[in-house]
Amino acid sequence: MSYAPGQTVGPFFHLGLPFEGGNLLVPAGYPDAVRLHGRVLDGEGTPVPDALIELWQAGPDGRVPRATGSIRRDGFTFTGWGRAQTDGDGHYWFSTLTPGPAEPGRRPFFAVTIFARGLTDRLFTRAYLPGSEPDGLLDGLEPERRATLITTREQRGLLFDIHLQGEGETVFLSYPRQAR
Amino acid sequence: MTTQADIYREIDELRGSGGPQPRRDYPPYRSSVLRYPTRDLHQVDPEGVELWAPCFGAADIDDAEADLTIQRSGEPLGERIIVTGRVTDGDGRPVRHQLVEIWQANASGRYWHQRDQHPAPLDPNFIGAGRCLTDGDGVYTFRTVKPGAYPWRNHVNAWRPAHIHFSLFGTDFTQRLVTQMYFPGDPLFDLDPIYQSVTDPKARELLVAAYDHSVTTPERSLGYRWDIVLSGTHRTPLEES
Repeated sequence: MSYAPGQTVGPFFHLGLPFEGGNLLVPAGYPDAVRLHGRVLDGEGTPVPDALIELWQAGPDGRVPRATGSIRRDGFTFTGWGRAQTDGDGHYWFSTLTPGPAEPGRRPFFAVTIFARGLTDRLFTRAYLPGSEPDGLLDGLEPERRATLITTREQRGLLFDIHLQGEGETVFLSYPRQAR
Repeated sequence: MTTQADIYREIDELRGSGGPQPRRDYPPYRSSVLRYPTRDLHQVDPEGVELWAPCFGAADIDDAEADLTIQRSGEPLGERIIVTGRVTDGDGRPVRHQLVEIWQANASGRYWHQRDQHPAPLDPNFIGAGRCLTDGDGVYTFRTVKPGAYPWRNHVNAWRPAHIHFSLFGTDFTQRLVTQMYFPGDPLFDLDPIYQSVTDPKARELLVAAYDHSVTTPERSLGYRWDIVLSGTHRTPLEES
Protein backbone atom coordinates (compact mmCIF):
# COMPACT_ATOMS: atom_id res chain seq x y z
CA MET A 1 0.00 0.00 0.00
CA SER A 2 1.10 3.56 -0.57
CA TYR A 3 0.07 4.89 2.85
CA ALA A 4 2.53 7.48 4.10
CA PRO A 5 4.69 6.04 6.89
CA GLY A 6 4.75 7.73 10.27
CA GLN A 7 7.90 9.25 11.79
CA THR A 8 8.72 10.22 15.33
CA VAL A 9 7.35 13.50 16.63
CA GLY A 10 10.93 14.21 17.82
CA PRO A 11 12.09 16.43 20.70
CA PHE A 12 10.91 19.77 19.29
CA PHE A 13 7.18 19.17 18.78
CA HIS A 14 6.43 21.87 21.39
CA LEU A 15 7.20 24.35 18.65
CA GLY A 16 4.34 23.18 16.45
CA LEU A 17 1.72 21.15 18.29
CA PRO A 18 0.71 22.28 21.79
CA PHE A 19 -1.49 25.36 22.00
CA GLU A 20 -2.93 27.38 24.83
CA GLY A 21 -5.95 25.69 26.38
CA GLY A 22 -5.28 22.50 24.44
CA ASN A 23 -5.88 20.39 27.54
CA LEU A 24 -9.03 22.27 28.58
CA LEU A 25 -11.92 20.57 26.78
CA VAL A 26 -13.94 22.41 29.38
CA PRO A 27 -12.56 25.17 31.61
CA ALA A 28 -11.03 23.76 34.80
CA GLY A 29 -13.56 24.22 37.58
CA TYR A 30 -16.52 24.04 35.19
CA PRO A 31 -19.50 22.22 36.77
CA ASP A 32 -19.15 18.47 36.02
CA ALA A 33 -15.52 18.92 34.90
CA VAL A 34 -13.31 15.95 35.64
CA ARG A 35 -9.56 15.77 35.50
CA LEU A 36 -8.31 12.91 33.32
CA HIS A 37 -4.63 12.63 34.08
CA GLY A 38 -1.70 10.33 34.55
CA ARG A 39 1.92 9.75 33.83
CA VAL A 40 3.72 8.38 30.79
CA LEU A 41 6.46 5.95 31.83
CA ASP A 42 9.20 4.15 29.91
CA GLY A 43 10.44 0.55 30.22
CA GLU A 44 12.38 1.36 33.40
CA GLY A 45 9.48 3.20 34.98
CA THR A 46 11.13 6.56 34.33
CA PRO A 47 8.73 9.41 33.51
CA VAL A 48 8.70 10.52 29.88
CA PRO A 49 8.90 14.33 29.89
CA ASP A 50 8.60 14.76 26.12
CA ALA A 51 5.37 13.00 25.25
CA LEU A 52 2.20 14.45 23.77
CA ILE A 53 -1.24 12.99 24.45
CA GLU A 54 -4.33 13.61 22.34
CA LEU A 55 -7.79 12.94 23.65
CA TRP A 56 -10.90 12.34 21.53
CA GLN A 57 -14.21 11.50 23.12
CA ALA A 58 -17.98 11.53 23.08
CA GLY A 59 -19.91 13.98 25.18
CA PRO A 60 -21.81 12.94 28.34
CA ASP A 61 -24.79 12.09 26.07
CA GLY A 62 -22.65 9.57 24.16
CA ARG A 63 -22.75 11.61 20.97
CA VAL A 64 -19.65 12.27 18.89
CA PRO A 65 -19.02 16.05 18.88
CA ARG A 66 -18.98 17.62 15.40
CA ALA A 67 -18.25 21.19 16.51
CA THR A 68 -15.12 23.06 15.42
CA GLY A 69 -13.20 25.35 17.76
CA SER A 70 -10.72 23.11 19.59
CA ILE A 71 -7.74 25.37 18.84
CA ARG A 72 -9.47 28.62 19.74
CA ARG A 73 -11.82 27.56 22.46
CA ASP A 74 -14.76 29.80 23.33
CA GLY A 75 -15.25 28.22 26.76
CA PHE A 76 -18.77 27.06 25.91
CA THR A 77 -18.53 24.61 23.00
CA PHE A 78 -17.58 21.03 23.78
CA THR A 79 -15.49 19.81 20.83
CA GLY A 80 -14.44 16.48 22.37
CA TRP A 81 -10.82 16.88 21.33
CA GLY A 82 -7.74 18.05 23.19
CA ARG A 83 -4.00 17.88 23.35
CA ALA A 84 -1.66 17.87 26.38
CA GLN A 85 2.10 17.65 26.70
CA THR A 86 3.75 15.85 29.60
CA ASP A 87 5.66 17.92 32.14
CA GLY A 88 9.10 17.21 33.61
CA ASP A 89 7.56 14.47 35.74
CA GLY A 90 5.93 12.74 32.76
CA HIS A 91 2.52 13.97 33.91
CA TYR A 92 -0.31 15.09 31.62
CA TRP A 93 -3.80 16.30 32.46
CA PHE A 94 -7.05 17.29 30.78
CA SER A 95 -10.07 19.08 32.16
CA THR A 96 -13.01 17.44 30.43
CA LEU A 97 -16.45 15.85 30.74
CA THR A 98 -17.15 12.19 31.40
CA PRO A 99 -18.06 10.51 28.09
CA GLY A 100 -21.36 8.67 27.81
CA PRO A 101 -21.81 5.30 26.10
CA ALA A 102 -22.05 5.22 22.30
CA GLU A 103 -25.10 2.96 22.74
CA PRO A 104 -26.99 2.06 25.92
CA GLY A 105 -25.22 -0.70 27.82
CA ARG A 106 -21.80 -0.04 26.28
CA ARG A 107 -18.74 0.83 28.31
CA PRO A 108 -17.68 4.44 27.62
CA PHE A 109 -14.05 5.18 26.79
CA PHE A 110 -11.74 8.00 25.80
CA ALA A 111 -9.78 7.43 22.55
CA VAL A 112 -6.15 8.29 23.25
CA THR A 113 -3.19 8.89 20.92
CA ILE A 114 0.37 8.95 22.25
CA PHE A 115 3.36 10.64 20.63
CA ALA A 116 6.87 10.96 22.07
CA ARG A 117 10.48 11.44 21.21
CA GLY A 118 11.74 7.89 20.78
CA LEU A 119 8.42 6.54 19.52
CA THR A 120 8.91 5.95 15.80
CA ASP A 121 5.15 6.17 15.24
CA ARG A 122 2.09 7.23 17.24
CA LEU A 123 0.31 4.75 19.47
CA PHE A 124 -3.44 4.38 19.99
CA THR A 125 -5.20 3.15 23.08
CA ARG A 126 -8.50 3.47 24.97
CA ALA A 127 -9.01 4.77 28.50
CA TYR A 128 -12.23 3.15 29.74
CA LEU A 129 -14.40 4.34 32.58
CA PRO A 130 -14.54 1.88 35.48
CA GLY A 131 -17.69 -0.24 35.24
CA SER A 132 -19.12 -3.66 34.61
CA GLU A 133 -20.68 -3.41 31.15
CA PRO A 134 -19.55 -6.09 28.71
CA ASP A 135 -17.00 -4.90 26.13
CA GLY A 136 -15.61 -6.69 23.11
CA LEU A 137 -12.06 -5.47 23.62
CA LEU A 138 -11.81 -5.70 27.42
CA ASP A 139 -13.49 -9.10 27.67
CA GLY A 140 -10.97 -10.64 25.29
CA LEU A 141 -7.92 -9.62 27.35
CA GLU A 142 -6.26 -11.36 30.29
CA PRO A 143 -7.17 -9.51 33.53
CA GLU A 144 -3.67 -8.11 33.92
CA ARG A 145 -3.67 -6.65 30.40
CA ARG A 146 -7.28 -5.49 30.70
CA ALA A 147 -6.43 -3.43 33.79
CA THR A 148 -4.06 -1.26 31.75
CA LEU A 149 -7.03 0.17 29.82
CA ILE A 150 -9.26 1.08 32.75
CA THR A 151 -9.07 4.43 34.49
CA THR A 152 -9.09 4.65 38.28
CA ARG A 153 -11.79 6.85 39.72
CA GLU A 154 -10.63 9.62 42.04
CA GLN A 155 -12.58 12.20 43.92
CA ARG A 156 -12.25 14.83 41.20
CA GLY A 157 -11.47 12.74 38.18
CA LEU A 158 -9.90 9.75 36.54
CA LEU A 159 -6.33 8.47 36.62
CA PHE A 160 -4.80 6.83 33.55
CA ASP A 161 -1.08 6.04 33.52
CA ILE A 162 0.49 4.97 30.24
CA HIS A 163 3.28 2.40 30.38
CA LEU A 164 5.05 2.41 27.03
CA GLN A 165 7.07 -0.71 27.73
CA GLY A 166 7.73 -3.51 30.22
CA GLU A 167 5.87 -4.33 33.40
CA GLY A 168 2.25 -3.28 33.13
CA GLU A 169 2.75 -2.30 29.49
CA THR A 170 -0.41 -0.60 28.26
CA VAL A 171 -2.38 -2.41 25.58
CA PHE A 172 -1.90 -0.42 22.38
CA LEU A 173 -4.29 -0.81 19.48
CA SER A 174 -4.27 -1.20 15.74
CA TYR A 175 -7.27 -1.02 13.43
CA PRO A 176 -8.08 -3.22 10.43
CA ARG A 177 -7.42 -0.70 7.67
CA GLN A 178 -3.99 0.46 8.80
CA ALA A 179 -0.83 -0.68 7.06
CA ARG A 180 1.39 -2.90 9.18
CA MET B 1 31.26 5.85 21.85
CA THR B 2 28.96 4.88 19.03
CA THR B 3 30.20 5.95 15.62
CA GLN B 4 28.34 6.52 12.40
CA ALA B 5 29.94 3.30 11.13
CA ASP B 6 28.38 1.37 14.05
CA ILE B 7 24.97 2.87 13.36
CA TYR B 8 25.29 2.23 9.66
CA ARG B 9 26.02 -1.44 10.37
CA GLU B 10 22.92 -1.69 12.56
CA ILE B 11 20.80 0.04 9.92
CA ASP B 12 22.15 -2.37 7.33
CA GLU B 13 21.26 -5.44 9.38
CA LEU B 14 17.65 -4.30 9.72
CA ARG B 15 17.12 -3.29 6.07
CA GLY B 16 13.83 -4.65 4.72
CA SER B 17 12.99 -6.27 8.07
CA GLY B 18 9.84 -4.24 8.72
CA GLY B 19 6.66 -3.46 6.82
CA PRO B 20 5.56 -0.22 5.19
CA GLN B 21 5.39 1.60 8.54
CA PRO B 22 8.41 2.34 10.74
CA ARG B 23 9.63 -0.42 13.03
CA ARG B 24 8.64 0.48 16.59
CA ASP B 25 11.58 -1.57 17.81
CA TYR B 26 14.48 0.13 16.03
CA PRO B 27 17.66 0.25 18.17
CA PRO B 28 19.73 2.38 15.75
CA TYR B 29 17.43 5.19 16.95
CA ARG B 30 18.72 5.07 20.50
CA SER B 31 15.87 7.02 22.13
CA SER B 32 13.48 4.24 21.12
CA VAL B 33 15.10 1.52 23.20
CA LEU B 34 13.14 2.04 26.44
CA ARG B 35 10.07 3.51 24.81
CA TYR B 36 8.78 1.06 22.23
CA PRO B 37 5.97 -1.35 23.22
CA THR B 38 7.27 -4.91 23.30
CA ARG B 39 3.86 -6.54 22.93
CA ASP B 40 2.12 -6.75 19.56
CA LEU B 41 -0.52 -4.12 18.91
CA HIS B 42 -3.96 -5.49 19.70
CA GLN B 43 -6.23 -5.24 16.67
CA VAL B 44 -9.70 -3.97 17.37
CA ASP B 45 -12.63 -2.83 15.23
CA PRO B 46 -13.10 0.91 15.67
CA GLU B 47 -16.30 1.98 17.36
CA GLY B 48 -17.99 5.17 18.54
CA VAL B 49 -15.64 8.16 18.39
CA GLU B 50 -12.95 6.10 16.67
CA LEU B 51 -15.08 6.17 13.52
CA TRP B 52 -14.85 9.97 13.41
CA ALA B 53 -12.13 12.59 13.42
CA PRO B 54 -12.24 15.88 15.31
CA CYS B 55 -13.49 18.86 13.29
CA PHE B 56 -11.51 22.02 12.72
CA GLY B 57 -12.79 25.15 11.02
CA ALA B 58 -11.98 28.59 9.77
CA ALA B 59 -12.37 29.99 13.29
CA ASP B 60 -9.55 27.76 14.56
CA ILE B 61 -6.78 29.33 12.48
CA ASP B 62 -5.86 32.38 10.42
CA ASP B 63 -5.01 32.07 6.73
CA ALA B 64 -1.72 33.79 7.54
CA GLU B 65 -0.60 30.80 9.62
CA ALA B 66 0.13 28.94 6.38
CA ASP B 67 2.86 31.45 5.52
CA LEU B 68 5.85 30.97 7.83
CA THR B 69 7.72 33.81 6.13
CA ILE B 70 5.41 36.60 7.33
CA GLN B 71 5.07 35.83 11.03
CA ARG B 72 7.66 38.37 12.16
CA SER B 73 8.52 41.88 11.11
CA GLY B 74 11.16 41.02 8.49
CA GLU B 75 12.00 38.44 5.85
CA PRO B 76 13.53 35.22 7.15
CA LEU B 77 16.93 34.11 5.91
CA GLY B 78 17.23 31.12 3.61
CA GLU B 79 15.82 29.65 0.45
CA ARG B 80 12.12 30.49 0.18
CA ILE B 81 10.00 27.49 -0.76
CA ILE B 82 6.37 26.54 -1.32
CA VAL B 83 5.32 23.08 -0.18
CA THR B 84 1.97 21.88 -1.47
CA GLY B 85 0.17 18.60 -1.95
CA ARG B 86 -3.05 16.68 -1.65
CA VAL B 87 -4.17 14.67 1.35
CA THR B 88 -6.27 11.63 0.46
CA ASP B 89 -7.52 8.68 2.44
CA GLY B 90 -6.60 5.09 1.64
CA ASP B 91 -9.54 4.87 -0.75
CA GLY B 92 -8.40 7.86 -2.79
CA ARG B 93 -10.93 10.31 -1.41
CA PRO B 94 -9.68 13.82 -0.64
CA VAL B 95 -9.51 14.75 3.03
CA ARG B 96 -11.36 18.05 2.92
CA HIS B 97 -11.19 21.01 5.30
CA GLN B 98 -8.97 19.15 7.73
CA LEU B 99 -6.12 20.41 9.88
CA VAL B 100 -2.47 20.20 8.75
CA GLU B 101 0.26 21.40 11.13
CA ILE B 102 3.99 21.75 10.46
CA TRP B 103 7.12 22.67 12.39
CA GLN B 104 10.73 22.86 11.30
CA ALA B 105 14.23 24.17 11.87
CA ASN B 106 15.31 27.45 10.28
CA ALA B 107 17.64 27.67 7.28
CA SER B 108 20.66 27.21 9.56
CA GLY B 109 19.30 24.03 11.12
CA ARG B 110 18.21 25.57 14.42
CA TYR B 111 14.81 25.13 16.05
CA TRP B 112 13.01 27.89 17.92
CA HIS B 113 12.99 25.66 20.99
CA GLN B 114 14.75 25.87 24.35
CA ARG B 115 16.02 22.34 24.13
CA ASP B 116 17.81 22.96 20.84
CA GLN B 117 21.33 23.95 21.87
CA HIS B 118 22.91 23.52 18.43
CA PRO B 119 25.01 26.68 18.18
CA ALA B 120 23.70 27.69 14.77
CA PRO B 121 22.03 31.10 14.70
CA LEU B 122 18.39 31.65 15.51
CA ASP B 123 16.64 33.84 12.96
CA PRO B 124 14.53 36.54 14.63
CA ASN B 125 12.31 36.52 11.56
CA PHE B 126 11.58 32.81 11.52
CA ILE B 127 9.80 30.77 14.18
CA GLY B 128 9.08 27.70 12.06
CA ALA B 129 5.54 26.62 12.93
CA GLY B 130 2.48 26.77 10.67
CA ARG B 131 -1.06 25.49 10.30
CA CYS B 132 -3.69 25.35 7.59
CA LEU B 133 -6.86 23.59 6.60
CA THR B 134 -6.96 21.54 3.41
CA ASP B 135 -9.26 22.98 0.75
CA GLY B 136 -12.31 21.34 -0.81
CA ASP B 137 -10.03 19.12 -2.87
CA GLY B 138 -7.80 18.07 0.04
CA VAL B 139 -4.96 20.40 -0.97
CA TYR B 140 -2.69 22.13 1.56
CA THR B 141 -0.09 24.82 0.78
CA PHE B 142 2.63 26.29 3.00
CA ARG B 143 5.12 29.06 2.29
CA THR B 144 8.32 28.74 4.26
CA VAL B 145 12.10 28.47 3.94
CA LYS B 146 14.06 25.31 3.36
CA PRO B 147 15.20 23.94 6.73
CA GLY B 148 18.87 23.19 7.28
CA ALA B 149 20.32 19.83 8.32
CA TYR B 150 21.32 19.69 11.97
CA PRO B 151 23.39 17.58 14.34
CA TRP B 152 21.93 15.47 17.15
CA ARG B 153 23.34 13.19 19.80
CA ASN B 154 22.21 9.75 18.71
CA HIS B 155 25.87 8.89 18.00
CA VAL B 156 29.10 10.75 17.21
CA ASN B 157 28.72 13.01 14.16
CA ALA B 158 25.00 12.27 13.74
CA TRP B 159 23.16 14.65 11.39
CA ARG B 160 19.49 14.73 10.47
CA PRO B 161 18.63 15.24 6.81
CA ALA B 162 16.62 18.44 6.23
CA HIS B 163 12.96 17.79 7.00
CA ILE B 164 9.65 19.40 7.87
CA HIS B 165 7.48 17.75 10.55
CA PHE B 166 3.86 17.22 9.45
CA SER B 167 0.82 16.44 11.58
CA LEU B 168 -2.33 15.24 9.78
CA PHE B 169 -5.85 14.16 10.58
CA GLY B 170 -8.10 12.09 8.35
CA THR B 171 -11.82 11.54 8.36
CA ASP B 172 -11.67 8.98 11.13
CA PHE B 173 -9.59 8.77 14.31
CA THR B 174 -7.57 5.79 13.11
CA GLN B 175 -5.96 7.80 10.28
CA ARG B 176 -4.03 10.16 12.57
CA LEU B 177 -0.52 10.63 11.21
CA VAL B 178 2.57 12.50 12.37
CA THR B 179 5.49 12.19 10.00
CA GLN B 180 8.38 14.07 8.38
CA MET B 181 8.77 15.34 4.83
CA TYR B 182 12.23 15.21 3.29
CA PHE B 183 13.85 16.85 0.27
CA PRO B 184 14.93 14.89 -2.82
CA GLY B 185 18.47 13.58 -3.10
CA ASP B 186 19.62 14.31 0.46
CA PRO B 187 23.05 12.68 1.01
CA LEU B 188 22.18 12.05 4.67
CA PHE B 189 19.31 9.62 3.94
CA ASP B 190 21.43 6.48 4.20
CA LEU B 191 22.95 7.55 7.51
CA ASP B 192 19.83 8.64 9.38
CA PRO B 193 18.25 6.12 11.77
CA ILE B 194 14.96 8.02 11.90
CA TYR B 195 14.43 8.02 8.14
CA GLN B 196 15.69 4.42 8.00
CA SER B 197 13.28 3.28 10.75
CA VAL B 198 11.00 2.73 7.76
CA THR B 199 12.95 -0.27 6.48
CA ASP B 200 11.00 -0.78 3.23
CA PRO B 201 12.70 1.44 0.60
CA LYS B 202 9.50 1.98 -1.42
CA ALA B 203 7.61 3.12 1.65
CA ARG B 204 10.50 5.36 2.69
CA GLU B 205 10.42 7.15 -0.66
CA LEU B 206 6.87 8.23 0.11
CA LEU B 207 8.36 10.65 2.64
CA VAL B 208 10.37 12.53 0.01
CA ALA B 209 8.81 15.53 -1.72
CA ALA B 210 9.35 16.14 -5.45
CA TYR B 211 10.72 19.37 -6.88
CA ASP B 212 7.94 20.79 -9.05
CA HIS B 213 8.72 23.70 -11.33
CA SER B 214 5.01 24.38 -11.84
CA VAL B 215 4.82 25.22 -8.14
CA THR B 216 7.92 27.45 -8.30
CA THR B 217 7.08 31.16 -8.57
CA PRO B 218 9.18 33.63 -10.60
CA GLU B 219 11.78 35.53 -8.58
CA ARG B 220 10.29 34.36 -5.29
CA SER B 221 10.12 30.68 -4.24
CA LEU B 222 11.09 27.17 -5.30
CA GLY B 223 8.22 24.68 -5.35
CA TYR B 224 7.92 21.21 -3.87
CA ARG B 225 5.02 18.82 -4.13
CA TRP B 226 4.26 16.24 -1.48
CA ASP B 227 1.03 14.25 -1.66
CA ILE B 228 0.04 12.30 1.42
CA VAL B 229 -2.08 9.14 1.49
CA LEU B 230 -3.55 8.31 4.89
CA SER B 231 -4.83 4.85 5.78
CA GLY B 232 -8.29 3.60 4.89
CA THR B 233 -11.41 4.97 6.52
CA HIS B 234 -13.61 2.55 8.48
CA ARG B 235 -16.84 4.43 7.92
CA THR B 236 -19.01 3.51 4.95
CA PRO B 237 -20.11 6.37 2.65
CA LEU B 238 -23.70 5.92 3.90
CA GLU B 239 -22.60 7.07 7.33
CA GLU B 240 -21.30 10.35 5.92
CA SER B 241 -23.45 13.21 7.06
